Parts: sequence; structure tokens; C-alpha cells
Amino acid sequence: MEFSELIRTGQAQAELLRGPEMPPLRGTLCVTGHHLLLSPGPQATPDLWLLLLRSVDSIEKRVAGDAGTITLRCKDLRVLQLDIEGVEATLDIARSIEALSSLESVITSFPFFYRPKGLRLGEAWHFHPPERYYKRIARETRAWRLSEANEDFSLCPSYPRAVIVPRAVDDDALARSARFRQGGRFPVLSYYHAPRGTVLLRSSQPLTGRQKLRCAEDEELLRAVLAEARPGARGFIVDTRSAQAAKQARMTGGGTEAKAAYPGWKRLHRPLERGRPLQESFVRLMEACGDPEQSMDRWLSRLDGCRWLSHVKEALSTACLAAQGMEWEGACILVHGAEGTDSTLLVTSLAQLILDPLSRTMAGFQELIEREWIQHEAPIFLLFLDCVWQLGRQFPLSLEFGEGMLLALFDHSYASPFGTFLCNSEKERCLCEVRTRTHSLWSGLNQPKEQRKLRNPLYVPNPLAIWPSVEPQSLRLWQGLFLRWTHPPEPSEVAWEKVWQIATDQKTEGSQPTDSASEPQP
Amino acid sequence: MEHIRTTKVEQVKLLDRFSTSNKSLTGTLYLTATHLLFIDSHQKETWILHHHIALVEKLALTTSGCPLVIQCKNFRTVHFIVPRERDCHDIYNSLLQLSKQAKYEDLYAFSYNPKQNDSERLRGWQLVDLAEEYKRMGVPNSNWQLSDANRDYKICETYPRELYVPRIASKPIIVGSSKFRSKGRFPVLSYYHQNKEAAICRCSQPLSGFSARCLEDEHLLQAISKANPANRYMYVMDTRPRLNAMANRAAGKGYENEDNYSNIRFQFVGIENIHVMRSSLQKLLEVNGTKGLSVSDFYSGLENAGWLRHIKAVMDAAIFLAKAIMVENASVLVHCSDGWDRTSQVCSLGSLLLDPYYRTIRGFMVLIEKDWISFGHKYSERCGHLDGDPKEVSPVFTQFLECVWHLTEQFPQAFEFNEAFLLQIHEHIHSCQFGNFIGNCQKEREELKLKEKTYSLWPFLLDDQEKYVNPLYSSTSQKPAVLEPNTVAFHFKFWRNMYHQFDRTLHPRQSVFNIIMNMNEQNKQLQKDVKDLESQIKQHKNKQTDGVLTKELLNSVRPESPALKTSLCLKEQTLLPVNDALRTIEGSNPADNRYSEYADEFSKAEPAVVSSEYGVARMTC
Repeated sequence: MEFSELIRTGQAQAELLRGPEMPPLRGTLCVTGHHLLLSPGPQATPDLWLLLLRSVDSIEKRVAGDAGTITLRCKDLRVLQLDIEGVEATLDIARSIEALSSLESVITSFPFFYRPKGLRLGEAWHFHPPERYYKRIARETRAWRLSEANEDFSLCPSYPRAVIVPRAVDDDALARSARFRQGGRFPVLSYYHAPRGTVLLRSSQPLTGRQKLRCAEDEELLRAVLAEARPGARGFIVDTRSAQAAKQARMTGGGTEAKAAYPGWKRLHRPLERGRPLQESFVRLMEACGDPEQSMDRWLSRLDGCRWLSHVKEALSTACLAAQGMEWEGACILVHGAEGTDSTLLVTSLAQLILDPLSRTMAGFQELIEREWIQHEAPIFLLFLDCVWQLGRQFPLSLEFGEGMLLALFDHSYASPFGTFLCNSEKERCLCEVRTRTHSLWSGLNQPKEQRKLRNPLYVPNPLAIWPSVEPQSLRLWQGLFLRWTHPPEPSEVAWEKVWQIATDQKTEGSQPTDSASEPQP
Repeated sequence: MEHIRTTKVEQVKLLDRFSTSNKSLTGTLYLTATHLLFIDSHQKETWILHHHIALVEKLALTTSGCPLVIQCKNFRTVHFIVPRERDCHDIYNSLLQLSKQAKYEDLYAFSYNPKQNDSERLRGWQLVDLAEEYKRMGVPNSNWQLSDANRDYKICETYPRELYVPRIASKPIIVGSSKFRSKGRFPVLSYYHQNKEAAICRCSQPLSGFSARCLEDEHLLQAISKANPANRYMYVMDTRPRLNAMANRAAGKGYENEDNYSNIRFQFVGIENIHVMRSSLQKLLEVNGTKGLSVSDFYSGLENAGWLRHIKAVMDAAIFLAKAIMVENASVLVHCSDGWDRTSQVCSLGSLLLDPYYRTIRGFMVLIEKDWISFGHKYSERCGHLDGDPKEVSPVFTQFLECVWHLTEQFPQAFEFNEAFLLQIHEHIHSCQFGNFIGNCQKEREELKLKEKTYSLWPFLLDDQEKYVNPLYSSTSQKPAVLEPNTVAFHFKFWRNMYHQFDRTLHPRQSVFNIIMNMNEQNKQLQKDVKDLESQIKQHKNKQTDGVLTKELLNSVRPESPALKTSLCLKEQTLLPVNDALRTIEGSNPADNRYSEYADEFSKAEPAVVSSEYGVARMTC
């Protein structure tokens, strides 16, 4: 398919409105296969790359007289308004944007065409292979092994080829357990908490159904987990649905682990919102954040009404519960909801950030995202980023990455020139040859010029677990994200620059005497 | 001491304020002449000044003892359980007496002795000199002069002796105007903007009723607008809501009739009165004192309390004032009813937006001395220093501090001081440890001989200056000198560090401020080291050229540097003590947080049925 077929009009004269403080920008608007850009003319000013068309969420068009207006709402929460000369031109541009932004096909997306200077294809895809992490655990514990049972994605299309499972369970048992779990997501290791020798597992719900079916291999798998951890070890199943919702799931073939069938395991229900209600919560929050005229009372009532911060609180509390189970109770934790692909990942990844100092480093965090998150678009990934931001606010020295990193992840998760967030499963990624035909986001982000934006200059490695406060007074609206297009951020950006400066002085001066003594410190 | 029957009670429990599982510390409670002291089994001390106590309550007897709840004016709330009811009763009665003094002379400031001699004390009082401040602003000048009309407090008891008025306003005009203004508080200069030649003036409401006029008052206002050569009209800002101002007319008071005053532009700005503010704060504290508070209850509580709405109203008024001066070059006269609450808020905040000097540590002290202390903000009544009318108590000054805090949040580099400075000042408006805030006006302070009998707070704050410095402050910031804050509703946040300053578990566990301060300090130290070493090397080179020696010298500093990097966060408390070290605690503990109460479920025998979320018992303290 040629993009040109979808482009009705490539160019038009237009004006971009830039808010009350700035004059509108005039120029030639161009639609290309992937981008919308505004060329201000032959003068020195460079072309303005307005956006990747894939980031357009909705488009509104209005015509009056012989001109038109297009309003683009973007997935990165921006709203762009363009005044365009000519009714036909307006309609044609709008149709082109609509057609191009709603292309479903992955392989026509921009990452497959993006070839920046200085980066080599295939690079950085090997930065954070989950296999390396799993191998290390297998080596350290001797109780776990890397299995290639899913090599051809026949057990579970949404799992990677290599998964880590108890050594005592063979591949046949895994296959049976996979058939007993929704989408084939049988219990696998997500994190090994070395200080206590406990593990964090994730899966999807068991398919017990109305008949309360059982699966010996699935039971054996979880028994083996406890046995390998420690004789007499206990386990907790953190179900991210309410007890009632979990029970109801039996009617549609799902269900929960029966207590008698899984000795040593106890179920805790911590309902987390996901899917549609979460999406609605997010939309309502964005509506509230888009209205600078509202009164204080209206704003507070909308902030309350959208419930977004309640979701943040619940997610953090549940992650803390899981982390506490491992750290304080010495217990193994299995997290699942229904499909085990959204709130489950939220809990397992946050619990790791709380417990594991490595996951709080730049590389460790990237690895965590590669390992845990298979789908990035839903607001659940945003909820995850918000929770991480809250952790960063409460422990401003303990995360190696800063707010800039979280914002970058948010932007790239919706529309990106990089391939990392393409597709919803490992299987799809293999089919589309994402790894050989696109660049990895990490290769982009790990370039030296990006670092000042992404890193936290105040980072000091902290070996302890970081237990956040989840009181409503301690949670804040993430203004840097939700208000970033409405709020002029200069003063705080200048201040951040100063923090960088102080911290850099500190580091360079601190290391000077050492360097001149010419003996590198370990 | 006659109020103290029991000085020591053992086996007292201090309950965790927010724990729903009645977590507690056991220790000993001591009662001294000035403080209540609790020492827990870890030898951690909690000191509570009697003057800080706002409310003592004895709750119904429980099986473990008699609960005693103390709420403080600095927003500390402690919940003790005293084993024996009689002890509890004694302490309760003593605290009732000790926390509400009948006479000024019994306040702590009159017995506080920081071991300074008389001349040191006097120098402390001279630290802030308002005559100097007016000189700094550029008055007296050809348009403004010092008036001696109130030299003996004859015209207005609640104003200071020294007042600046337009040069063309004669004494009869001043006297006439003062008779037409509530409590004699006629229009005088509060701030003079040298570049714009425009002035902020302040006064109380006119006694206009439905139709009364006063020619002298009209003349005085005209004199004020004439004193500004750049603009013929001036603004009169009535900081009250229109309805309140209108209601005052029935009592023979009211507001300026635009028809009678030439060249004025009259404007209401709608800040509520002290009673509304008091009950708003009360509601706010009830909400955030709730155990097991949900996010939803928190925000709906915040909305119902209206507190942030009031803060925004004060801020908007100050912005209106600053804009009138900056954009229109117009002078502004500000008043409310008596001109000592809302007027002080708006004048001082407006000046702070206009003049970077007030954003320095010293300048802020001057600002408080000028617009609040000297112009008769009734600290003793508003803070309830003495046992008086509870209806006079109101958090007007606290609101001012909160507005300043919001500005520091929006402009992180514009202020020389940090949040701790604001909190410390707030602490001392209630502590009665220093003389500055005792009494309700200058005349009363002179009668109390405060400068002879008590100490000024400011030198003590300056001595500790390094605790209060904002490391990001840049006086030569590229930004214009005038602050233009954004008052869109999203920018107002709940000031957790004020209203929960003693609730350790709610705060960030690591302090960015401290680490930056330390980095700054260490940068300076390292620079100094480098210089010292370089000069030493030079010296040695002059004596004998020996490379080995140089290397030794360099090695001698090394132990400091690599260690710095790794131990910064753990060392921060020892490097830089802050006023409340707890706020900077590194690391954290799940037991401090409410999700730890889930832990009960770990040990329960039965699989958990969903417990009703958090707030099983939703009690208010």
C-alpha cells in the first residue's frame, strides 16, 4: 500500500495557534506518510515537526467561509489547533490525517522507516534480554530453571520464548498448567527477592469454571514454588479482583484457586480498577485538567470525582502488600487478576521497585519494563508511571531516573519512532520482525545527549526497600504530566537546571582529587 | 507552678495519630512550668510548649486508661492514654490553666532567658529598622513625608507612631479623615514603588453609612492620587465581599461612594472575614485528622472546607494590586473593615510580588514588622495568646504564610528562604517565646515594655540562617523582579508540611533541600581545599621540588571525597541539622504506613473476605 493513496492534499497554508502568550505560527502545512509538519517558509526558521500522525487521538474539523479549523487531540495529551485556508484544503487535510492516523498495520508504522544517524539497526535490542535476568536467578537459586517450552509460542502467545519456572516442574506439566490458565499464562517467576529467598510470581486466573475443575500440574507447580523457597514456606495469592468478581468469573469459565487444592497458599483480594472504568477515570481527569477557568471548588470536586488518585493509592497499596509479604513475612506471592496482563503487571512491577534497588537504576528500570510490560497503551501503563512518579517524589534520591524518563516513556508508549512499544506480545513482535527492522527505544534514550533530561541528578544508590506513604495527603497530582500542555513550566525547569548544575559541580569536584592521584577507586 | 499538681506520670501511652490498629509508644510524661514533655522508651523526646496548646480533651475512660487528646496551634495532635484517671484529670486541669494565661506577664517570653546581655538584646530589637525601610523605598521624597500626627498615638491607637502621608495632606485633613474611618485608621503609605512612583496605601472602612461624606477624607484620597505623577486615577480595593461591605452600611460604616471621590476606581475583591476563615481551617483540620481517610473523602473535605478557595482569593487580590501598579502605574488604597487582617494580607503579599527585597530572609522579616506588626495586626487576639474571646482567633497570618509558600512553589528560585523558615515563623507567632508577636499593636507593646523584658525573634533566626536558606535562590535570576503567579485552580495544593508537620509518616522520606544544601556546602569546601592545596604546593615547590610530596598532599584529602558520594544520603542529618530532623529520615518502614495493617491479614487463619476498605472505624480526633 502506498501512503500517497491516502493523502488527499499534501499541502495547505495554515496557522498554528500557540496559546495566549505566543503569536500564531503561519506556514505551509504538509502531510507525509507519518508526520504532520509546518514549514514556516523560506526563512531561516526550520520546519516544525508537529507530530507523528499515529499520536492523533481524535480530530475535529470546522469550516466557515473560505477557511477551516482542525483541532487535533493527541495521545500525549496535547491539543493542536490549526486554521487552514480553503474549505476543500481543510477537508482534504482532515481526511488524510484521519486515514493515516487510523492505520492498523504495524509494519507500515513509522518505526519501520525510521533510520536516524548514529544508530545501527539491531543495536540495543540485546540491552535487556529477560533471559539474562532469568539465567542469573536460575544460577543463584538452583531452584529455578529456564524453560523453552514456549519456544514456538504454543503454550502462551503472550509470554516470551523463554520463561523461568521451578526446576522440579517439567515442560509437560507446564503445558498442562498453561491449558488450565486463561490465555495460557501459567505461573512464572517475575522477581526473586534474594534477601529473603522469596519469589514473586504472576499468572492469569485458573479456568476452574462452574464445575470447579482442578489441574494437578498447576497445583504441583505452586507446591514446588513453596517447597523450593523454604520448608514450610507460605504463599499468598494476591487476586486483583474483588472476591465477588472472582467468584462470578466461574460462570464464564474462569475462577480462583480453591483453598483445599493449593495447601500453603492463601488468597487475598485487592480489587484494582482496570479497562473501561480506568479509561473513563483518565478521560475525566483530563477534562478537568483542560479547564483553567473553573473555580477552586469545581476543580477539587472533579479531582475527587474522577477517582484517578484513588486508583494510584490502591495500586501502590496492593504493591506494598505484595512487597511486604515477601520482605516481612518471608512469603511467596502470586499475583493475578483475570487475564493477568494489566493490573497484575502493575502490582508485580511496582513491588519490584519498592524492594529491589537494581530496578531503581536506569538500566534496571528499562529491564523491568521490558520484562513485565507487554502492552503499554492502556491507561494502566500510565497508572504505573504515575505510581513510579509518586515513589520518586517520596524518595527523591532513590531513583536513578527522573520525571523526564517517565514522561518520555509515556510519550513513546503512544506514538514513537522506535519499535520497543510496538505490538502486544512477543509472538507478534517476532512475526513483524520488530527487532531487526526497527530501532530500540533504549538505543535512543541511552544516547548521551538525552541523559540530562532523563536522569535524576540527586540519585544516590539506596540498598533499602522504599515503603511509600499511601495516605491521600501524601499523594499528589502529577502536574508534570497532566498539566504539561496547560501550564508554563519555565520556573521549575530553570530550577531543575540549577539542581543539575550543583550536582554536577559536586561530582566533578568531588572526584578531582581522586583523579589527579591517578588511582581509580572501585 | 501553682497549677501543677502532678509533675510526672509513668506508663503513659502515646498513640499513633493515624494508625487504625492503636499502635502506641509507652513512656513517661512530665509537666514543667513551660512545657509538657514525653520521653518514650527509645528516649525520644516530644516537647510541647503550653502556649502551643489549642485544645485539651479528656475522652471517655477505656480499659487501658484515660485518653487525653491535645491539639496544638502548630498542628501537632497528640493522643495520650494515662493509666490512672486521677493523673489524667490532674494533667488535664493543669494544662487547661497553663495553656490559657490571663495576663501578658505570664507568657513565656517574659521568663525566657537565652543568656544574652542587655546590649545584645537591644541590638536584636534594632535589627529591623522601619525608618530605614521607608528610606530604602525612597520616602520621604518630594511627594511623601513623615507625619508626626500620630506621634503620641493621639489619632490612632492601633497605628505606629511614624506614618508616611502625601506631602500635600495637611494635619487637619489627616485628623478629619481619621474621624471618618473605623478605629481612626486613616489612609497611610504601606509601600512606595520608586520606579513607578506609585504607592500602596492602607486604611480601614469609611464611616459612610448610606450617605455620609467627609471632605477631608475625600481630600486625602485625592492627595494620594496626586502624589503619583504618572496616573490621575487610583484604585480603592475593598478586600471584603460586596455583601459584607453593604451590610456594614447599616451600622454606619461601609465603603467609598465613587461619586464623592474624584478619580477613584472602586473594586471589591471578596476575601471572607475572620470567622469564615476560622471555621474553614477547623473543617480542614477535621478532614485531615480523620483516621483511614480515603482519597475521595480527602478531596471532598478539601472542597467543603473552602480553605484553598480562600487562599486563592487572597492571592488574586494581591495580584490585582501588583498589576494596578505595574501595568497601570496607579496607586492603590487597600482596606477591609478595620484594616488589620485582610488589608495586611493583601498589602504585604502585593509588596512581596513587586519587590524582590521582601523575598530575602531579612526583607521578609522587615515586611512582617511593617505590614503586620507595626500596623496593628492583632497577633495576641488572632493567635489566642491569652484567655480571651475565642471568636477573635483566626488564622489570618497563617494564610499569608501559605500564600507565600505557594509562591515559593511556583517560583523555586525567587526566594532566599525555604519552607522551614515559614514554618519556624509560624511556630513562633504562637510560642510567645519572643516579644515580636505579643500584644495587638505598637502602643500596647510599648506599654508592656517588650523591648526591655523580652527578646526579638529575628536575630535568633539569622543565627540559624543556614537552615533557612533556599539553595536554589538566585537573586540575579533572569526573571523580571515582579512575580506574576498563576492562580488557576490546579496550582493550589494542600500544604502538607504545614498542616501535617508533625506527622512524620506522611512526608517524603528524603529531603531534596538537604541534599542540595550539603552539595553546595561541600562544593564550597572542596573549592577551598583545592585552593589551600594549590597554595601549599606552591610553597613547597618554592622550597624543594619534590613530586612525591605533592602526591602525598593530594592523597591526604582523598578520604573525604569518595566517601562523600556514597554516604551523602545517610550522612545528611549529621551534616545539616534541620529544625525537625524527622522530616528527613532516610529509608522507611512498612510499619509506619497504613498498608502495614494489611499485615493482620497475613496472620489471620481464614482466607480474607474483603475487609471494608481501610476506614473501619472512621473517627475524628
